[in-house]
Amino acid sequence: MTQQTAPPVVEMTGISVEFPPVKALDGVDLQLRPGEIHALMGENGAGKSTLIKALTGIHSPTTGTIRVDGAERRFTGPADARAHGISTVYQEVNLCENLTVAENIMLGAEPRVLGGLNWRAMRRQAATHLERMGLAIDPASSLGSHSLAVQQLVAICRATVGNCKVLILDEPTSSLDTDEVEHLFSVMRGLRDDGVAILFVSHFLDQVYEVSDRMTVLRNGGLVGEFVTAELPTAELVQHMIGRSMDVLEAAEEVLERAERPAGATPLLQVVGLGRKGSVQPFDLDLYEGEVVGLAGLLGSGRTELARLLTGADRADVGQARVDGRVTRLRNPRVAMSHGIAYTSEDRKGEGVVDGLTVRENIVLGLQAARGWMRPLPRRQVDELVAGYIQQLGIRPADPEALLRNLSGGNQQKVLLARWLATAPRLLVLDEPTRGIDVGAKAEIQKLVADLAADGMSVVFISAELEEVLRISHRIAVLRDRRKVAEIDGEGATMDQVVDLIAGGGAA
Amino acid sequence: MSSLLRHHLFWPVAALIALLVANTVARPSFLAITVRDGHLFGAPVDILRTTAPLLLVALGMTLVIATRGIDLSVGAVVAVSGAVALSHLASSPDPDSPVTVLTAVGLALALCLVLGVWNGFLVSVLGIQPIIATLILMTAGRGVAMLITGGMITTVNSVPFKVLGSGFWLGLPAAAVIAFGVFAVVAFVVRRTALGMLLEATGINPAASRLSGVRSRTLTWTVYAASGLFAGLAGLLISADTMAADANNAGLFIELDAILAVVIGGTALSGGKFNLSGTLVGALVIATLERTVTVLGISPLVTPLFMALVVIAVTLLQSPRMRERLMAATRRPVAATPPEPQPAARPDSTEVKAR
Repeated sequence: MTQQTAPPVVEMTGISVEFPPVKALDGVDLQLRPGEIHALMGENGAGKSTLIKALTGIHSPTTGTIRVDGAERRFTGPADARAHGISTVYQEVNLCENLTVAENIMLGAEPRVLGGLNWRAMRRQAATHLERMGLAIDPASSLGSHSLAVQQLVAICRATVGNCKVLILDEPTSSLDTDEVEHLFSVMRGLRDDGVAILFVSHFLDQVYEVSDRMTVLRNGGLVGEFVTAELPTAELVQHMIGRSMDVLEAAEEVLERAERPAGATPLLQVVGLGRKGSVQPFDLDLYEGEVVGLAGLLGSGRTELARLLTGADRADVGQARVDGRVTRLRNPRVAMSHGIAYTSEDRKGEGVVDGLTVRENIVLGLQAARGWMRPLPRRQVDELVAGYIQQLGIRPADPEALLRNLSGGNQQKVLLARWLATAPRLLVLDEPTRGIDVGAKAEIQKLVADLAADGMSVVFISAELEEVLRISHRIAVLRDRRKVAEIDGEGATMDQVVDLIAGGGAA
Repeated sequence: MSSLLRHHLFWPVAALIALLVANTVARPSFLAITVRDGHLFGAPVDILRTTAPLLLVALGMTLVIATRGIDLSVGAVVAVSGAVALSHLASSPDPDSPVTVLTAVGLALALCLVLGVWNGFLVSVLGIQPIIATLILMTAGRGVAMLITGGMITTVNSVPFKVLGSGFWLGLPAAAVIAFGVFAVVAFVVRRTALGMLLEATGINPAASRLSGVRSRTLTWTVYAASGLFAGLAGLLISADTMAADANNAGLFIELDAILAVVIGGTALSGGKFNLSGTLVGALVIATLERTVTVLGISPLVTPLFMALVVIAVTLLQSPRMRERLMAATRRPVAATPPEPQPAARPDSTEVKAR
């Protein structure tokens, strides 16, 4: 590698960013060299996004210098940064779904003719860019008709149009499945070999190890250090990130002890032949108190759709549900809630948080909605409840009046958990509760789930990370192609066994 | 000082005070209030009276906007309300009897409630975009009013009904007492119950609210119904003032004034967080502005332009970005002399946060 010889294309030194009274970044350095994939690591709230925003001019640092190609610069915003060859692709795809793929790719760099747009040239150029990315899609098709993964690649394609020296990828893999991640990585490697410096932010440690050359680790707004990926063992990286040892991670496993289910117990929720056209094929499932049932399957296998039927988020059109043995129609979330069934959606931003309200309001929302608007919870009771959950779940900042949009992803997730725990559910359905959040918060949530089950709650746990499902579940239901294909005991299950079932090779 | 500057009501209130000062300078007796026959008279009292219908319409509008909606039909509903009430009075043998007046009021309000429910149905059940859904009634409503009045401007005499528009209760204009009273009750209910929070949650993220068990659809439906009802009440106040039901001109453009009042009051049209006290100030600003035009003797030709300029100024001052620039501009000269309280204030606030 040419790390030592090539001068850095981006050199940030001593960067501090303040949102009084909080110091979000404190004297952080970052160097990006051409032709490297550089991972930016840290927990939620460590300052990764702030550092990226300081580079692209969204935040202006109070101290420190930013040099691009040796010249000191302060960009006025992402457009300015992009004009100087620094492009960013965010976690949420920031494209126009109702425009065509070609229009999205060439937006802002449209070929012109006689003062108008040259549509043919636009499609042709877009096609060239797509080809370079190895994406075989029609440039004239509308972007919204493609999967999220393809949209993500289109976003990257768009970022590389023009003179792109630095590409910043903020959590590009959080909603992709394994094949799609591989595709993305080969695109990234191709760009690296062309001399582009890539800054890669991801919570998936294995992905970081697979693809990155070097990494910069942040913790609590400060710089921990810069490391060569191949020389840093995972355990050490995690320690750098969370500033404590792996004990927390291991604790989650210890809690999970099996409470023997009495023979002939009535399931808390029993569904028979429940299904919905175009969503998930009819399935049977029994859920018992004190048990964690994991749902395993690929993205789009019907995990989420199944969960939505269990919780009234979608209405089933065939089948029957029994709560405590009594036939019940789970028509909508309110009905499900009245039976003690709670659901946190995988779409945290779209269907979870109410980002313009405070932490306090977000936590009491579910409980208050169940009580109805005419019976407001007494303020003192609310304050006690909220303070209790902030402490129990370690929500930061520990300020009930903080607007939710100012919290990091992991903390928003904790607030959502608090919202549902406040309603004292008997069945908690968690859809991807650990997606896009850091190792420490992930372990805390896993431990919490184990504790809740030990206290008698029934939990349905959905995660794209198989390892996590295996670690935490008493029983695992496996889904493939929108059909429940197997149900296995979680204790003896091995990774290979579940992977076989998911892939369709096992006994279905 | 800076916390005062940052208060969401600072600029609307400042605009209101500036208008009052301008009026007083132009006509020193402007703020004088005299008592005649136990009633209060004077320009400020007049302003309260003319604010009344606008305040009611803006109240409903605020709630609708909080759910990400908008209600363009309120002007038409005002016309319908007046048409129903006055036509009933005109057709009855004894327009002065309290029973007739009460029936007229009841009929008008009931019909307006139905119109509001219709709007709510289009928006919350059929899922039509609010601006389109209420546009239907905005145009059709005046037709309905026309149908009721038979295309003529109905005029009647009814002493008890006239009190609503130009009478006095407790020394104050009856219209103002009604409007401010309704406003106070609604504001109290919204903020003392959980209604306000649930409305805001619905406006900010309807999908998340539904999954959290909030009856988003019912809430949305309710605010449109309420908006219709309040517009109907405003229509009664307006028609009682003139004692004429004019299907074409009653409440014309009041929907725009109401939206303005909401915006001046600091509620974003994108929904979510809303601010009823801001709407109150916004309505007062608009009513005072109309009054100012006559006091300053501004030619009717440039009146709309003058009003537009004032509104632009207030809304600009309210926008966070402009405020930031303004703050930056005011801070710079201060920074030249070492600011004493600043460093002391900072560690303090950190401590509060840390707890």
